[in-house]
Amino acid sequence: MSTPFYVSPQQAMADRAEYARKGIARGRSLVVLQYADGIVFVGENPSRALHKFSEIYDRIAFAAAGKYNEYENLRIGGVRYADLRGYTYDRDDVTARGLANVYAQTLGTIFSSAAEKPYEVELVVAEVGETPEGDQIYRLPHDGSIVDEHGSVAVGGNAEQISSYLDQRHQDGMTLAEALKLAVQALSRDTNGTQREIPAERLEVAVLDRTRPQKRKFRRITGRQLARLLEAGGASSAAEAEDESAEEE
Amino acid sequence: MDFLSEHQPELLPGNRQLPPTQGVIEAPHGTTIVAVTFSDGVVLAGDRRATMGNVIAQRDIEKVFPADEYSAVGIAGTAGLAVEMVKLFQLELEHFEKVEGTQLSLEGKANRLSTMIRSNLGMAMQGLAVVPLFAGYDLDRGKGRIFSYDVTGGRSEETGFAATGSGSIFARGAMKKLFREDLTEEQATTLVVQALYDAADDDSATGGPDVARRIYPIVTVITEDGFRRLTEDEASQIARSVLERRLEQPDGPRAALL
Repeated sequence: MSTPFYVSPQQAMADRAEYARKGIARGRSLVVLQYADGIVFVGENPSRALHKFSEIYDRIAFAAAGKYNEYENLRIGGVRYADLRGYTYDRDDVTARGLANVYAQTLGTIFSSAAEKPYEVELVVAEVGETPEGDQIYRLPHDGSIVDEHGSVAVGGNAEQISSYLDQRHQDGMTLAEALKLAVQALSRDTNGTQREIPAERLEVAVLDRTRPQKRKFRRITGRQLARLLEAGGASSAAEAEDESAEEE
Repeated sequence: MDFLSEHQPELLPGNRQLPPTQGVIEAPHGTTIVAVTFSDGVVLAGDRRATMGNVIAQRDIEKVFPADEYSAVGIAGTAGLAVEMVKLFQLELEHFEKVEGTQLSLEGKANRLSTMIRSNLGMAMQGLAVVPLFAGYDLDRGKGRIFSYDVTGGRSEETGFAATGSGSIFARGAMKKLFREDLTEEQATTLVVQALYDAADDDSATGGPDVARRIYPIVTVITEDGFRRLTEDEASQIARSVLERRLEQPDGPRAALL
């Protein structure tokens, strides 16, 4: 009779984490940035039907990198949780913190249960506040931990490099066009440091806009509006460059 | 709703056990709702009164609600149940939109409301009926549409104008004489206020414009740009201009005889 190999719990967890990380790294990264009037989500997504960003509730949105069927499952779970909460109590009682906790529980349970394969997803749950100080961004890695983020966050394949790039350049109170430009710059840097062009039609952009008069603050930015914003970001940076050169003179 | 019935069925209005009762339960009832289409969309309006038997239960109740960006519901019947039904209806439309990533068609929304009214039939037979009026802008056809219901959930599309609630007979009469195909938004909003005035004139359960307390009908407009509720100022202006004319002509504008 053959005895099964002994695998230490540490080794088993490390293997599972490795598996999940590799799965996530295969997908394209996406970034979430705070700007003056809200929170912007930017990612590279060739598909127009399968979204990486979506609305969960009035002020809460969801972003995910990794395996589509797994995060879609989590997204629908989140929408159900939020809608049920809001219906049972009040719309104000649905918070990003509560939602992030539910996701952490789900991901954590799946990660440590030997019967299931770990989910190959990394999530961001963001809630826009009345003021920039009230904004909340939570990052949820595959193992069910929660990281409270400020300013900017990147998830997905190239996340570490992109987030260090963003951390150096992100400022509070950026305009939407500036934040969008920074996000695109960050996303278009390859692992080896070379730049590549991401055409506007391959970008998926969404915002939680606190200035929106409706209760639901989530809005997708597509087509002409996106092109205009990208142009505005380019123009303002060109103007800045001119200013700088003028100062030098 | 399907999800709720699986996980928390007690939250659904249709799943409650009713204790046996004798006679009619006294609960506040909402009264008159009117709707009229115009060239760019549809107007839905309601008076502000809730009655309980012969008592005015509330003077400033709100009975017209946005269902989503392009539709609205006005409720007549048992206020408590109706408000809950609207809340669940709003939730369902929003939930569908978020999960599926696309809006329900206007027909789909109207059918959904029909099912919800039908699930209330048990209550309705004990005197707690809910009879809403549903109006929306159909983005596919590019026009405003109105759906009316009966207590059993029967749904019928109305052309031009519709009314529900205790004062609806009088409101419908008024609208029949005043309605034209090519109304502008301003004319349509005036028309609904006229109709509500006529309903209040002849039906004791419908409230007229309350100038002393500054309570005016709720008027909402749904067009291609979405749902908009007239501000208090706008609504009071229409109500006051109607009232002013009525001081000279208490029965309102006269339609031509032939």
